[in-house]
Amino acid sequence: MNSFVSASTIAAPSGEGLEEVVRLANVKRRFGTTPALDGVSLTVHKGEILGIIGRSGAGKSTLIRCLNGLEQADSGEIHIEGRNITGLSEKELQPLRRRIGMIFQHFNLLSAKTVEENVALPLKIEGLGKAERLKRAGELLELVGLSDKAKAFPSALSGGQKQRVGIARALAARPALLLSDEATSALDPETTRSILALLKDINRKLGLTILLITHEMEVVRSVADRVAVIDAGRIVEEGQVWSVFADPQAPITKSLLSGFRPQLPEYIATRLSPVSGAEQILAVDMAGPAAQGALFADLSQALPQSFRLVHGGIDHIQNQAVARFFVAVPTRDAALPEQVQNFLKARDARVEVLGYDTDHA
Amino acid sequence: MTPIMLELLFRSLWETILMTGASGIISLVAGLPLGLALVATSRGGIAEKPWLNSLLGAIVNGFRSVPFIILLVALIPLTRLIVGTALGTWAAIVPLAIAATPYYARIAEVSLREVDRGLIDAVRAMGGNRWTIIREVLVPEALPGIIAGFTVTLVTLVGASAMAGAIGAGGLGDLAIRYGYQRFETTVMIAVVIVLIILVCGIQWFGDRLVAKLDHK
Repeated sequence: MNSFVSASTIAAPSGEGLEEVVRLANVKRRFGTTPALDGVSLTVHKGEILGIIGRSGAGKSTLIRCLNGLEQADSGEIHIEGRNITGLSEKELQPLRRRIGMIFQHFNLLSAKTVEENVALPLKIEGLGKAERLKRAGELLELVGLSDKAKAFPSALSGGQKQRVGIARALAARPALLLSDEATSALDPETTRSILALLKDINRKLGLTILLITHEMEVVRSVADRVAVIDAGRIVEEGQVWSVFADPQAPITKSLLSGFRPQLPEYIATRLSPVSGAEQILAVDMAGPAAQGALFADLSQALPQSFRLVHGGIDHIQNQAVARFFVAVPTRDAALPEQVQNFLKARDARVEVLGYDTDHA
Repeated sequence: MTPIMLELLFRSLWETILMTGASGIISLVAGLPLGLALVATSRGGIAEKPWLNSLLGAIVNGFRSVPFIILLVALIPLTRLIVGTALGTWAAIVPLAIAATPYYARIAEVSLREVDRGLIDAVRAMGGNRWTIIREVLVPEALPGIIAGFTVTLVTLVGASAMAGAIGAGGLGDLAIRYGYQRFETTVMIAVVIVLIILVCGIQWFGDRLVAKLDHK
């Protein structure tokens, strides 16, 4: 009986009472008759990384472009550092945009300028002297690990290096917020990991608030603190990344997460009977301390021969264990399934009866 | 070829270079802003103004549709106003420049239009204004195309300047017509053609080299 449940690892910041960098209230934008944003309300707190995920066409690009006025909202309010930017003219937006860095899927580096000139451009726009801006560009290139490429032209760089330059350039004017528009979508998985690690590093070192949009769950999983799921121009789900991974609510979230959460193998799922069979198949979800205990060891001790593991695993997101298992409980003893479910529920697991397996002996 | 003919050939070459060079520079200075205006005022441009775009487009098309030889004569009053005379090499520069400007503006427009919109977005996102976009994005990014287009314009001007003989501007084309063709001096004709080939090849070679040097794509 050495069950051990640690409660010390739950340190999920609630977000309440933190300084807001971005606040959207009922933002709407339509193109022709199709609404791209259909009443988006969202808050980004200082120092956090918020990931906005959605399929292509869900409105995420429009959303991120509204935040620095590259796109104008039709209605609603967009507050950046407490200031409402909706309805501002291009001229009024220009100084505000210097507080917001942006990186892009296709990097958008100027091919006619060297790497250091690209990084120094926001400072040139700000009106800084040449010596000063090149000095700052040098510091930034060091931060992103590209000091040796200062005099090179972007065409001589790899995709990952180009995005590092893009990041250095976005940070040049010391922004309060960094917007990442699918920044890793054009990169291979290994480069993606290194760019995400760099973003996380910058977030920690500089305390920079980052809002990133992506269609890849992996990006959210590895770098974001909170996630908002956008579908058809609406935020359908929002929360701590680990809790959304542990218990997705919206169908779109479940679908986006399907590759990341264990699924009942197809061949078993198709032969399940909804009413009866030799075994009852359960989906068991646990997160946080519940997922770290010796749950199944305890279960087999309390109720010997009561279950068989079919599939599943434990993942770790933001230092939280997120577990999902599929277990088969024999139905010979009619009371057993009920007992097993009660045992699991008492240990903070979510249990769902998927059906009955008829084929298995 | 006699020394006199040789001297005539060199003088004609100089006249052609003068006409081509002067009208070329004017077409660059006037045509590039016109090309920028055409791109900036177009739909989705950085200074979208459809009516102005249509107006500029119509003016450009109007000048481009008039045959050069007609323009040469039709512009005589204007030429007289600017240069003080309607005859000679300098007088030919006015119609040549006026014909080349809309031509070059269209070529520059094509290069400027091909600049990736994402680059404009990037500079807008940095807080850059329209002037910054023109200076830091549109012109530098389109520069290889702008130079290549200018080379094409210069070569076209070499050809067009041959017609300027009609208003006594001289030049290689005029020499070829008056001596080579009308006086049956085949040697002069051949010499002029060879000089023209060298001139055109030289302009193209120099343009190509400049483009290669500037293109970092």
